[in-house]
Amino acid sequence: MSLAENVRAPGNEGEVPFSQRGPAPIEVVASFGFWLFLLSDVVMFSGLFAAYAVLADRTAGGPDGLQLFDRSYVLLETACLLFSSFTCGLCALAIERRSAAATYFWALITFLLGAAFLGLELKEFLRMIGEGAAPTRSAFLSAFFTLVGTHGLHVTLGLVWLMAMMAQVATLGFLPIVVRRLFCFTLFWHALDIVWIGVFTIVYLGARW
Amino acid sequence: MTDETNADPTAQGRAPGVSRGQRSGFLVYLTGLGFAIVLTLASFWAAGTDTVWQPAVPVLLAALAIAQMGVHVVFFFHLSTGPEQTNNFLALAFGVFVVGLVVFGSMLIMANLNANMPPMTMDQLMKMQR
Amino acid sequence: MFGKLTWAAVPLDQPIPLVAGCVAFGIVGGIAVYVVLKGWAPYLWREWITSVDHKRLGIMYALLAMVMLVRGFIDALMMRSQQAIAAGGSQGYLPPEHYDQIFSAHGTIMIFFVGMPFVIGLMNFVVPLQLGVRDVAFPVLNSVSFWLTASGALLVNVSLFVGEFAHTGWLVYPPLSEIAYSPGVGVDYYLWALQISGAGSLMTGINFTTTILKLRAPGMGYSRMPIFCWTALSSNLLIVAAFPILTATFAMLLLDRYLGFHFFTNDGGGNPMMYVNLIWAWGHPEVYILVLPAFGVFSEVIATFSGKPLFGYRSMAAATLGICMLSFMVWLHHFFTMGAGADVNAFFGVMTMIIAVPTGVKVFNWLFTLYGGRVRFNTPLLWALGFMCTFVIGGMTGVLLAIPPADFVLHNSLFLVAHFHNVIIGGVLFGAFAGYMYWFPKAFGFTLHEGLGKATFWCWLVGFYLAFMPLYALGLMGATRRMQHYAETEWRPLMLVAMAGALVILAGIALLVLQLFVSIRNRARLRDATGDPWNGRTLEWSIASPPPPWNFAVLPQVQGVDAYWNMKQAGRQAARQLPFETIHLPRNSAVGVAIAFFTSIGGFALVWHIWWLAIIGFVGLLVAALSHGWIIDREEEIPPERLAALERERST
Repeated sequence: MSLAENVRAPGNEGEVPFSQRGPAPIEVVASFGFWLFLLSDVVMFSGLFAAYAVLADRTAGGPDGLQLFDRSYVLLETACLLFSSFTCGLCALAIERRSAAATYFWALITFLLGAAFLGLELKEFLRMIGEGAAPTRSAFLSAFFTLVGTHGLHVTLGLVWLMAMMAQVATLGFLPIVVRRLFCFTLFWHALDIVWIGVFTIVYLGARW
Repeated sequence: MTDETNADPTAQGRAPGVSRGQRSGFLVYLTGLGFAIVLTLASFWAAGTDTVWQPAVPVLLAALAIAQMGVHVVFFFHLSTGPEQTNNFLALAFGVFVVGLVVFGSMLIMANLNANMPPMTMDQLMKMQR
Repeated sequence: MFGKLTWAAVPLDQPIPLVAGCVAFGIVGGIAVYVVLKGWAPYLWREWITSVDHKRLGIMYALLAMVMLVRGFIDALMMRSQQAIAAGGSQGYLPPEHYDQIFSAHGTIMIFFVGMPFVIGLMNFVVPLQLGVRDVAFPVLNSVSFWLTASGALLVNVSLFVGEFAHTGWLVYPPLSEIAYSPGVGVDYYLWALQISGAGSLMTGINFTTTILKLRAPGMGYSRMPIFCWTALSSNLLIVAAFPILTATFAMLLLDRYLGFHFFTNDGGGNPMMYVNLIWAWGHPEVYILVLPAFGVFSEVIATFSGKPLFGYRSMAAATLGICMLSFMVWLHHFFTMGAGADVNAFFGVMTMIIAVPTGVKVFNWLFTLYGGRVRFNTPLLWALGFMCTFVIGGMTGVLLAIPPADFVLHNSLFLVAHFHNVIIGGVLFGAFAGYMYWFPKAFGFTLHEGLGKATFWCWLVGFYLAFMPLYALGLMGATRRMQHYAETEWRPLMLVAMAGALVILAGIALLVLQLFVSIRNRARLRDATGDPWNGRTLEWSIASPPPPWNFAVLPQVQGVDAYWNMKQAGRQAARQLPFETIHLPRNSAVGVAIAFFTSIGGFALVWHIWWLAIIGFVGLLVAALSHGWIIDREEEIPPERLAALERERST
């Protein structure tokens, strides 16, 4: 829902400041609340990032990042997630124009790309564990698996949420409350890509020594 | 509980994530994707190349990452600094402030602690007392 | 089948927890049976348990806080009596492994299940009323928040008679809290209880920040909000920014304990100092989360009972926001002695001293508000005056501790214990009591008995000084905290004075409870008919006591600070004759209590490693949350006739 650019309230000579116009409509309230939740989630990730940064060189004689990480593999993961963020944006446009077919289509693409990301990540984790680089091996690996794994968990929960939302569209249609939740989902999905930028830069590209 | 029927739709500013319409919305997402692809490839290149002075690489990576996060925030979240987005922007700024403090503060503090209090035996620890 | 849980978990061989468990079980069970037999269960379910009304939730939060205050205070009495006895060769009556659990439980309960619920309860009740709106931004989420907090409290209390509590102190530092050195279930009870209630607190932070920033009456710009709402905003911003750090840190410790990770272990490259760093990055903002709303209460109380507007509104708001930002820049002062070095210590020491400045600004503003006013010494104002003396002393000892060389002597001594009790009791608890007595008539329609209120205040004030001033002296003499016994018999007289102080506080608590009973019994005589018993200044006093579910039949048009005072001065009647329109109120919801039911089961199961039960808990949680998504009839309509009828009733 686009809001008017012109902020002059009808019948007023001066502009009434936004802060004095009374309670906001529910869409603004819901989105802002979710925005705050996303910021809190980013702070949670920052705790994990801090732990990773501090423990990155504590390998306890075990393998370090340079030995374990495969950059081109990570580039592929990144591409999946980035494109899924794009298709999520297209899904948001479809929701805005209330097109159920387009919404399902772009949601499906987003889901598949997200699932591909998760599959690749799971494969990487299993490979590392098979090579003896399990999270219980060292503090570095504990921090790695927790940081990247928590991100992956968020992606997983996002995919579950996406399925639930498609079920809601199918059973309830584009009710205002369903639309609000769909927009919150898109905010969540974009935020996960932003966190991933931090992950691939600091964890994978940062492991140069 | 707000009474939606009476709420002024412009009250308290715009919701985060609201786009500006269909056609322009598509172009905005496409542009964002384009920038993000370029920045991602640049990051991966910078991490592996020898053409950049090596000590500068972490700084370059950080700059590219921040730029790409900015691209996401502007093109995918549609965040701006306009008057109706003040709350959203300030909330983001506060979040960034806290994240910066937690991450960099912790790194600084832990570096100092690790330097002054390295893993040591009980013998060494007791010798520290004067 | 039952993981680590066996009958040995019930402390049949330890008389104190056994008796305590039986008594608690008996009281709770007895009340439950009484309620059901009197036929009150449907009423309670409909009007309280499934309520999403911020006023009801606020009252339930405050009730939870007061009940847990009694539990935490019993722990305090036990500690004081043990320390009064165990001097020289005496071992007292509490063995060390029991004493450890007592001081750990005392701190955990007081911070997480007394301080937080009390402050959140006050904000719940008051903020929407002061903002001139009908409820918070997310009423159902509000209910979930409360029930998650209650679930955490339940788990901590269950640890009393099934298993044990942590032996580590209230912040469960590793390596002691790691599985190698705390193989029992105590630390797990702590961690799961606080992860659950922490999620609730985070939801509250999001809820109230959104409410204050996005839901205010027409005309109420930011500079026209009551100061209590400014402090509530800052406190909730801190919750949103700080609690996730707690979640992450506890998650890392849980991973260490359950899956053998090496974040904070001694081996495998772990770094226990990292835990201390992260936990205090949460811990310092936490104390400001607790104290800022208390400051807000005092701003309201002092202005009302001086009959003057609060002095320096803008500087108050600025100081509050300044404290909010600065509270993130001082956390290392909790571990000066861990060894970061002089440069780092100096920076944080200076920042800690700087944060005292905005607080000083507030104190002066309160003093200037009182100056020249027609001061009425009702009990809420007594709490405020007591706070100003007591908190300032505590704050000054804090500045003293902020000097790293001084802290090297005083860290973890009884001086530190005296300092933080000084500021928490003098600040947070006095603020909570002031708010409780100030807003009680609004919540229930009758005032509390004034004489008993004054009596409880004096007991708390005198008791506090008797109990904690000796601890400052003891700390300077070298006494450390958490001592189950001590060799220096010359400390004993001061410990006895502290014990006496604790008994005076006990009298204060008894009087507090008595005040409630007497007031309820005399409620007809103490009735508040006007809705404005104190000649208040802010919007909550413009509506009936207790308020109708919808708070305001018509949202007020606000034109300045102290909106209700302006209305009274202008002789305006609060919109009673305006045409009423249909309004929508959120319906009750059982999702909060359902979610908490499953988190309690799941939390207990995880503590005892009963994996199948934990899965049931998780699945139940998911089902409850998802099924809530399909409830689309979420609002009920209140027709204008009903609004008009209540307003008519009020004006007669």
